[in-house]
Amino acid sequence: MIYAQIFLAFFIPGILGYGGGPASIPLIENEVVDEYGWMSVNEFSEVLALGNTLPGPIATKMAGYIGYIQGGIFGAAVGIFATVAPSLILMLGLLGFLMRYKESPKVKRLTIVVRPVIAVLLGVMTYEFFHSSFKDIGSLHTVLIGGVSYLLMERMKVHPAYIIVGALIYGALVLS
Amino acid sequence: MKKQSKLFMAFFRVGLLGYGGGPSSIPLAHKEVVEKYKWLTSDEFSDILALGNALPGPVATKMAGYIGYRVGGITGMFNALIATVVPTIILMILLLTSLNAYKDEPWVNGMAEAVVPVVAVMLFVLTWGFIKKSGKSKLGWGWSSVLILISLVLLEGINLHPAILIFVLLVGALLKKNPPAEKT
Repeated sequence: MIYAQIFLAFFIPGILGYGGGPASIPLIENEVVDEYGWMSVNEFSEVLALGNTLPGPIATKMAGYIGYIQGGIFGAAVGIFATVAPSLILMLGLLGFLMRYKESPKVKRLTIVVRPVIAVLLGVMTYEFFHSSFKDIGSLHTVLIGGVSYLLMERMKVHPAYIIVGALIYGALVLS
Repeated sequence: MKKQSKLFMAFFRVGLLGYGGGPSSIPLAHKEVVEKYKWLTSDEFSDILALGNALPGPVATKMAGYIGYRVGGITGMFNALIATVVPTIILMILLLTSLNAYKDEPWVNGMAEAVVPVVAVMLFVLTWGFIKKSGKSKLGWGWSSVLILISLVLLEGINLHPAILIFVLLVGALLKKNPPAEKT
């Protein structure tokens, strides 16, 4: 039952993605690429790149798109629901309880403790993407594109959307 | 019904203009919900935000869903969520499926390949950001490094499912006794 799989694939990142939107990304990749094999690492990176050029939280965009590809409109709805529902339901249900404890060291500890794990997952993803890129387009292009992107993003604070468009143009002209 | 359409428009704007990641939606939401429509006071808004940050998941959708519920009941909740989330998903689906239609053209292939290093760089920046935040947090560089090493060994060495590791850590964090000085 594809819908049950879509639900699980996005439910797990939805409840464990502590530390902000991007924390869900490696968890989603783990489900979508490793567990279910719905797409390759490369395909996942394309979806991620495009997702970053559009507004809104990355987790829901990924869930909606991948859910759509796997299961049509209903699949998209299931994906979005699975991403959003857990914390929303918790928020509505536990409101009174959480209001008292939102400042508690324990609640703050949740993000703090999960962060290193997410850092590792992100780091592994970084490695996988670079590795894949070295294999597909070679070290020269990878280092060139990567180096320029880094400079533009971090030193000159260019919006990622522009960099991605730039890379798309480079790819269309130089790499084809 | 008028309120529902205002709710939709408010979060439609937030959803479409929230460039730069989830937290960028927050001041936009504040402008709509507190300043423009006065559905909540600034204090109520910040309480909800603090609450939202205690839970996992994208903050924009949590805020939309909860505020939608507060303002317009269950209908309002679905209304605000759909307004925030659906427009960009439609855009994504349109863009990616039209890209897929030309998948076998060499220039489309080139485009797809060129994008991978860019995403790798973004992920690198995110990784480094998380590592730095972890080191500067209460965990400190010592414990962060220990956790990072243990995670690396467990996740890559024995292929432990990340969900299990995270779940165990969350439970451990909740069960750990507060030191006497920090009692809430």
